Amino acid sequence: MNAVITVIGKDNVGILAKVSNECAQVGVNIIEVTQSVLQGLFAMIMYVDISGCTVPFSSLVDSLTGTGEKMGVKIHVMHEDIFNAMHTI
Amino acid sequence: MINSHDILETINMIDNENLDVRTITMGISLLDCIDEDIDKACGKVYDKICRYAGDLVKTGEDISKELGIPIIHKRISVTPVAMLAAACPTKSPVKFAKILDKAAMQIGVNFVGGYSALVHKGFAQGDYALIESIPEALSCTERVCSSVNIGSTKAGINMDAVAKMGAVIRRSAELTADRDCIGAAKLVVFCNAPEDNPFMAGAFHGPGEPDSVINVGVSGPGVVRAALAKAGDCNITEVADIVKKTAFKITRAGMLVAKEASKRLSVPFGIVDLSLAPTPAIGDSVAHILEEMGLEQCGAHGTTACLALLNDAVKKGGVMASSHVGGLSGAFIPVTEDAGMIDAARSKALTLTKLEAMTAVCSVGLDMIAIPGDTPAEVISGIIADEAAIGMVNSKTTAVRLIPAIGRSAGEELDFGGLLGSGPIMDVNPKSPARFISRGGRIPAPMQSLKN
Repeated sequence: MNAVITVIGKDNVGILAKVSNECAQVGVNIIEVTQSVLQGLFAMIMYVDISGCTVPFSSLVDSLTGTGEKMGVKIHVMHEDIFNAMHTI
Repeated sequence: MINSHDILETINMIDNENLDVRTITMGISLLDCIDEDIDKACGKVYDKICRYAGDLVKTGEDISKELGIPIIHKRISVTPVAMLAAACPTKSPVKFAKILDKAAMQIGVNFVGGYSALVHKGFAQGDYALIESIPEALSCTERVCSSVNIGSTKAGINMDAVAKMGAVIRRSAELTADRDCIGAAKLVVFCNAPEDNPFMAGAFHGPGEPDSVINVGVSGPGVVRAALAKAGDCNITEVADIVKKTAFKITRAGMLVAKEASKRLSVPFGIVDLSLAPTPAIGDSVAHILEEMGLEQCGAHGTTACLALLNDAVKKGGVMASSHVGGLSGAFIPVTEDAGMIDAARSKALTLTKLEAMTAVCSVGLDMIAIPGDTPAEVISGIIADEAAIGMVNSKTTAVRLIPAIGRSAGEELDFGGLLGSGPIMDVNPKSPARFISRGGRIPAPMQSLKN
């Protein structure tokens, strides 16, 4: 079972470290990361495996969204099903 | 692996273009709650709704959080209450409205639909009493919505019901005059009402439906407008293709939500209603899609053609995205619930006569239109009859949701707040159809009904 974490906002030191650390603490395995910084705007897409997640998925959503707010970036955590539904036939 | 462009596109749709799933509506049959003792019947109704839909709101919120897509409303539709009222003819059906309101409050849904009667061919036991009680029921409850089906392509138009509903709409507005006449905003008069519509105020759980069912209404006018804006000056065939592709994506999101809700609540999936449902929020307007197609303002000549294309393309895109499509499915054109329609009505670019033409090609009808407070009941009935005729002849759903603004006249405004929005009071043709309306009887079903 996979999910997608996206981080969009102003670039600042340690965003990737912070999100990865939070994932590791709850058993979320990172499968792939792509990131880019364009004109100071940071966009990271993280593809993660949540089958070993030790907390309910909704708690992971809440904690990462909260982390994003503290760092001044927007973090979305969404189940991969929504992307598969909308973009594949 | 999912393409990054697709991921960012979805997030942009949600964050900036108001993509959402508008409603998860659980339909619940109340046929097994019928009892000649109205208090016993009310007890069964309350218990059944709380038992079946107790987890509806929480389930909707969980799904919304996991998939990351907003699900705005969780609602209930029930068997037309006239069928329950038939068993207890000596009691006022308002008791049922109050118990529905209480159950809606208990489970946390914002609307419950089904204070309804189906009288397209005539009044059965319970129907007349229910219709008479609608104004009181809507004034003494907050969350109850009412609808009456007065015509169909198969049955023709029940003109006795049309005459009655003109007065009922007026009375509903009068009894709630201190609250911007909101009673009338919760009352829809239909021709060809669908039995599985998840959208309010016209939702009810038809007699042909299963014991309970999950219907989902999608939305997304902002997403369609943004996609057209990105495309720039393409030709109209390409416009239709862009609408189709966008509708497909929106509907797939709705279908996913419907499947999840059905699984988690152990209630069968009914349909996805692939409608473009606007809200008064900026960037969530159907009128703005029509303007993006190239109209200076909604209501200009060309509006009906643009709306016809939009309505059709939404269906074509959505129909492949869902295994069962139903409800109203198409583009809604409510005036007070759509920022672009409100502006167009204020500037008089959009008139009631133009709206009537638009209803021949949109998914519903004359919706959320404030009319002068001194409009006589028979003029309202005349508007209902015209609208029902369009639906009957074209084998489509049409509806009338008019709000007589008691004590106010054309040019002033009504403000319901929230989702129901606000808007100017529109001019109505003052010539009287009183003699036509007072004839009563039934307009025979048209040739289109003889398809067997």
